[in-house]
Amino acid sequence: MAEPSEKEKNGVVDEGIDVGVSRLTEEKIQEVINHVIDAETGARLKTYVDTCIHCGLCSEACHYYLSHDNDPEYSPVGKVKQTIWEMLKKKGRVGPEFIRRAAIIAHTQCNLCKRCAQYCPFGIDIAYLMLVVRRIIHKLGVTPLYIQDTAHSHSVTMNQMWVKGDEWPDTLQWQEEEAQAEIPDLRIPLEKEGADIMYSVIAPEPKFQAQLIYQTAVIMNVAGINWTMPASVGWDNSDMAMYTGDNEIMGRVKRAHFETAERLKVKKIVMGECGHAFRSVYDMGNRWLGWAMPPFTIVHAIEFYYDLIKEGRIKIKKKFEPPVTLHDPCNVVRGGGLHEKSRYVANALCETLIEMIPNREHNYCCCAGGGVINTGPPFKMTRIEGNKVKAEQLFGAKAKGAEVLIAPCHNCHSGLHDIIHHYEIGLDIKFFGDIIYEVMEKPE
Amino acid sequence: MYIFYDFVSGPLTWIAFLLFFGGCLYRIVSMLILVNKKEKFIFSYMSWRYSLRSIAHWIIPFATVNWRLHPILTVVTFAFHICLLVTPIFLLSHVILWDEAFSISWWTLPDGLADVMTVIVILGAIYFLVRRLTQAEVKYVTSASDYIILAIVAAPFVTGFLAYHQWFAYPLMMCLHVLAGNIMIAAIPFTRLSHMILSPFTRAYMGSEFGGIRHARDW
Repeated sequence: MAEPSEKEKNGVVDEGIDVGVSRLTEEKIQEVINHVIDAETGARLKTYVDTCIHCGLCSEACHYYLSHDNDPEYSPVGKVKQTIWEMLKKKGRVGPEFIRRAAIIAHTQCNLCKRCAQYCPFGIDIAYLMLVVRRIIHKLGVTPLYIQDTAHSHSVTMNQMWVKGDEWPDTLQWQEEEAQAEIPDLRIPLEKEGADIMYSVIAPEPKFQAQLIYQTAVIMNVAGINWTMPASVGWDNSDMAMYTGDNEIMGRVKRAHFETAERLKVKKIVMGECGHAFRSVYDMGNRWLGWAMPPFTIVHAIEFYYDLIKEGRIKIKKKFEPPVTLHDPCNVVRGGGLHEKSRYVANALCETLIEMIPNREHNYCCCAGGGVINTGPPFKMTRIEGNKVKAEQLFGAKAKGAEVLIAPCHNCHSGLHDIIHHYEIGLDIKFFGDIIYEVMEKPE
Repeated sequence: MYIFYDFVSGPLTWIAFLLFFGGCLYRIVSMLILVNKKEKFIFSYMSWRYSLRSIAHWIIPFATVNWRLHPILTVVTFAFHICLLVTPIFLLSHVILWDEAFSISWWTLPDGLADVMTVIVILGAIYFLVRRLTQAEVKYVTSASDYIILAIVAAPFVTGFLAYHQWFAYPLMMCLHVLAGNIMIAAIPFTRLSHMILSPFTRAYMGSEFGGIRHARDW
């Protein structure tokens, strides 16, 4: 990620927001807000707003609030006040500048991590309220430029990174050949009908982290897994449209993913170390398509590694020596309960696990998720300065001896990388896959 | 004064209780109808086990991370809410009124204890007022309605306390007490005091989502 642009310093925030706002009229704003509220929301929005007693107890849940010296504008309820409350109170009669502010708040000052839902005595789902705001922002055409570009990419290519049809199998073949230098009979099976597992990744993997596919191929081969990857669209499990409030595209992308697994007649989908992708197939996308639970068994990488180790399908040659600390990504821990399995894997792979505090479902967010890192360079400092508290938490783990940070989620990984770099924390950062590849027994 | 007292303790009380029960019923039924109409999926995630598990954690002092993070507030809010609910229901003079009107009665609090509990409610209300005025994160989201509902809740206890001790203007204070009590009862379903009836539902839904889907604690 590039450094913040000159434009940000000059007060120009984001071309997607700025151009979008310049096209707004009061009538259009009112029409869109009221349409979204009348047609798309119901008892949740009404009951949440009516029940909130304005106690402020959600504040300390939020890393933005804590990182900005308890500035109330950054508290979860403070963000609700500056956005949806006003929209409701004024029945949509808010101006373009209000919408600019709402877009910035909902898109760059909330990671939808839902920690505040654990701190509100009434269990009010503030992340949901922020998603309603993002939906309004989407319908007004004011979504930040970079994340809107990824949503466009989903729409056009069915993957997040404009990976073209031929580039995908090309990349897999490239990684297969690379890995064959290490394990000569290694294959990355494409389009293998009836395989046990369809392995899906997020588009940044073929785009610029192809070594992760290499590592997975080695793990799969050593463990003797009957697996496949699709050659068609549907291989990308990521979904930034979910975070731009573009639910229609979110649904299309998820449908392609599920239908690809169906076409390949696999037993389950295993996905790489990504959090938001898990949320999109396990929580949000499936619901949009009318599935209470995903139509396929979805296995996140953490759980997959847990099974592999537990069943003895991969053996550890020598445990990873440097002391590690473990970050709990919101979407798979607060959203999927994988924290104990994550610890099992960490302990199986590493000599020493040092817990950061808080941890498990109370862990602080990485400040990159929820689409915030995808708003790109204009908001890089927003998420770094907005997560000073994470730096303090990591310094704490380091003080106890941790040298390596395991972050089993792509967004967390990238966001924490920026935080470690900016605050000069000096932790090495790894995926579980990196460590497994390093410590597992491989054929000589 | 007696005519006024007869009015507030007669027709007005009937109206207040009708508004309270009718209003509560209306709020809950209309919410469920709305869920059924527009967000029916919520029903498919609701779980008794996880709803009750979540509610149980949040109605026990210090059973959640956030209660432990705010020990003073936790003590005050639990004392305040318990006294607020228990005192009016089990106050001897109130039970006598029920007995005289409908010949029904139940266990009552000793007057001395009820007096202490009333003071706890008043002190609790003062604490919440000060908190609203001084804590930045609370002040920022406070609107006039927050002070109004706090006043609505405190008023019956302040007037009741003054009337009980008969320090001054007893007949007036008694009338004001009954009036304030009626206002509070009637206001519950129609103001954000409705958190009394709605928060179990929001908590239950979040508890169900966390327990059944997210497999994580929401406390």
